[in-house]
Amino acid sequence: MMDASAGYVTEDGRQIGGVLMEMKNITLRFGGVVAIKDISFDIREGEIRAIIGPNGAGKSSMLNIISGFYTPSEGGVWYKGAPRPPMRPYEVARMGVARTFQNIALFEGMTVLDNVMTGRLTHMHSGIASQALWWGKARAEEVANREKVEEIIDFLEIQAIRKTPVGRLPYGLKKRVELARALAAEPSILLLDEPMAGMNVEEKEDMSRFILDVNDEFGTTIALIEHDMGVVMDLSDRVVVMDYGKKIGDGTPDEVRNNQDVIDAYLGVQH
Amino acid sequence: MTVTHAASGALESFPALLERNARMHGTKPAYREKEFGIWQTWTWVDTAAEIESLALGLINMGIAEGDYIAIIGRNRPYLYWSMVAAQAVGAIPVPLYQDANAEEMAYVLDHCGARFVIAGDQEQVDKVIDIQDSLHQFEHMIYLDPKGMRKYDHTRLHEYSHVQEQGHAARDELTPELHRRTAKLNYDSTCVMLYTSGTTGKPKGVVLSNRNMIETAKNSSEFDHLKAGDEVLAYLPMAWVGDFIFSIGQAYWTGFCVNCPESPETMMTDLREIGPSYYFAPPRIFETQLTQTMIRMEDAGPTKKKIFDHFMAHARKVGPAILDGKSVSAMDRLKYALGEFMVYGPLKNMLGFGRVRVGYTAGEAIGPEIFDFYRSLGINLKQLYGQTEASVFITQQPDGEVRSDTVGVPSPGVEVRIAENGEVFYRSPGTFVEYYKNPESTRDTKDAEGWVATGDAGFFEPSTGHLRIIDRAKDVGQMADGSLFAPKYVENKLKFFPNILEAVVFGAGKDRCTAFINIDLTAVGNWAERNNIAYASYQELAGHPQVLATIQSHVEEVNRSVAQDEMLSGCQIHRFLVLHKELDADDGELTRTRKVRRKIIAEKFADLVGALYDGSPSIYTETEVTYEDGRKGQIRATLEVRDAALASVAPQRVAAE
Repeated sequence: MMDASAGYVTEDGRQIGGVLMEMKNITLRFGGVVAIKDISFDIREGEIRAIIGPNGAGKSSMLNIISGFYTPSEGGVWYKGAPRPPMRPYEVARMGVARTFQNIALFEGMTVLDNVMTGRLTHMHSGIASQALWWGKARAEEVANREKVEEIIDFLEIQAIRKTPVGRLPYGLKKRVELARALAAEPSILLLDEPMAGMNVEEKEDMSRFILDVNDEFGTTIALIEHDMGVVMDLSDRVVVMDYGKKIGDGTPDEVRNNQDVIDAYLGVQH
Repeated sequence: MTVTHAASGALESFPALLERNARMHGTKPAYREKEFGIWQTWTWVDTAAEIESLALGLINMGIAEGDYIAIIGRNRPYLYWSMVAAQAVGAIPVPLYQDANAEEMAYVLDHCGARFVIAGDQEQVDKVIDIQDSLHQFEHMIYLDPKGMRKYDHTRLHEYSHVQEQGHAARDELTPELHRRTAKLNYDSTCVMLYTSGTTGKPKGVVLSNRNMIETAKNSSEFDHLKAGDEVLAYLPMAWVGDFIFSIGQAYWTGFCVNCPESPETMMTDLREIGPSYYFAPPRIFETQLTQTMIRMEDAGPTKKKIFDHFMAHARKVGPAILDGKSVSAMDRLKYALGEFMVYGPLKNMLGFGRVRVGYTAGEAIGPEIFDFYRSLGINLKQLYGQTEASVFITQQPDGEVRSDTVGVPSPGVEVRIAENGEVFYRSPGTFVEYYKNPESTRDTKDAEGWVATGDAGFFEPSTGHLRIIDRAKDVGQMADGSLFAPKYVENKLKFFPNILEAVVFGAGKDRCTAFINIDLTAVGNWAERNNIAYASYQELAGHPQVLATIQSHVEEVNRSVAQDEMLSGCQIHRFLVLHKELDADDGELTRTRKVRRKIIAEKFADLVGALYDGSPSIYTETEVTYEDGRKGQIRATLEVRDAALASVAPQRVAAE
């Protein structure tokens, strides 16, 4: 359907680029349990790529492999055309991969601003001493980074809670702050682990709008896991469907919707 | 209308005032907006340059003299510049309410025939795109915030900054044309067209000339000694005439600085950071701030709470007198100064009123307690009375003559007269030119001599010369003995008690007044909780003897207050009952904006009104209610009808002036 280098054009007319990241024959085992079995798929530059599947399908494990938190037992991750060696998560972050978590992982006692600033960590290079003294390079760097953070605060419309400790915020806003922190890293690929979980309809609509805007405005490639099928089908350009650690479908939302294996997986068939 | 041109010289348009400000106040701040967490500032010179680029850009896009440009969005410097840029090219700015839905917007855009729309963000752009097919004259839209609009079809869409850039690039060819158009503007050119919100029927476009706006801005600025260096926070809708007068009219006349909040949600924080010296808010905002303060003080430690209560009591006693410059003993002054240091100062800072020199409230009646609270802190809060057709100002309160129950003396240059039936008429340099495309309404409202009917009934207090508004003229009636019946006046007094949510007063054509009362479930429920009074439903709480006793004391207090007013003393409430259900818009008893529909209530509860007048001690009633999901049900109740004590009245009766 598509050739690896040229990319394709989406229904709404966006140009999707070449392959940014490719999973090649990934298998992941925890002792005797096989969480992921021989899965391959790619993520292209500028697209919104969803990974869906019933509970326990191995979606989060897959995301953890992409983010470098797990090292696959077999197979490998290719990033920008070259195999990615096993890395520590912070090294992956430096390569331009940022993520949000299913169970919000923010610093509850810190303000929204400070939380988002932590997303800039990979862009700070001054030493502890000069940072503590707030002097010289550290100062210039902080000002530059603060500017970037303020742009993101403006973009996600969280100005009113800039100085509010995260612990005091409602759930939906915390999710937005987490997205802000991930964006602050200026990632080339953004991983969202169930960005809409536990939200009401209005919050979901807001979040969908922000995800589309991020993709549109910054050209960020987005890979997301989500349970809400409506959201997935509306947002994504291409969808990977997993079930029991295997890939059972891959394609545009329409293709996936009409895939018999996918229908079976969701409606339930004897295994 | 007699207006002297000499006073203002050639300053007969806002572009002319802008040019003067750039010359005289060049380096002073004209606009500030908080963006990216920092207050960005534009001086008058910067502002003039921005407006010039935009005006050139508009000419470049083909705007003609006499075109209408709709402006939709929240308060931002760029949109204020759009208004003056529109004037500079000979077009007429039409600011619209940003929360209007697409349908309302379609009506207004079609009515004024706007060829150009300047919109703040994607939300507004989407609304206009939705309706553009039905708008025959609409051609181009300019938007400010490009977020989310990258993929939009840009054949008729233009980004604000690009319009400015293109205008700037073509300045050599277009500047002569801009100067030619700006030079033509005079006092009779249309300054702005504002649509009235229209509680009845379709909105009407009020055409206001440069004379209206500039004369009014000049008079009102002088009245309150506004000057360059003052600061205002622009946060009320740009489509509202008040915002135009404050943020453009007075700002351009005096050269003061207009500050725009970062977002509607950050308004309170921004208010505190800016500390405006001139401030306007509807009563609702003052009320909310007071409630929030009081709730937070309830949670404070006992020592702090004691200090607060002690000094606030002192402030209530002498604060307003000190503010009005009346004589107060040295001891009291000393204590007030200590209070300023310990309580009032920090509190004012917290509320963002630390520097307020002049504050106004208008729009509806403000509770005397709320009003006095702010004044006792030393905040010079005053009331004004006005409307769009008057370019805001009809009457306002001079410093030192402020009370919660009057709206002040006629503003400079305004003549006010009271008609036979009590309706207030005015005539001023600010009186509007006409309703756009509606000569009939214009004739109905404004007579040949320029007198405009306000639709409100009021009278001048003989002792002070201050105007008091009592009600909408059409609601004011007469009682059986011919004395004045002003239901809303009494209802407002009742509603100032936190326990009373709604009140409906009857008495037109009758020999005495009676009332329905709705308790406020939050306030009364809170009270019941603190006093260990168990209740299972709204109905039960509303019928509780102690609640009735409390409400009775409120009614009697209102009677005493009403009795002091010899003209309205007939409106004392003889009997009342507390309704068994909350008046509800779903049941048609209130409008969607929560205004009482007197006639419908009187019909629906005719049995209860009967009981109020026939002397029976209680009445059994059945009422149909509509639940939120549309189902209907019945409420049965036996209501107690209570007699309220009347206060003695001075027998003398004075007719309206």
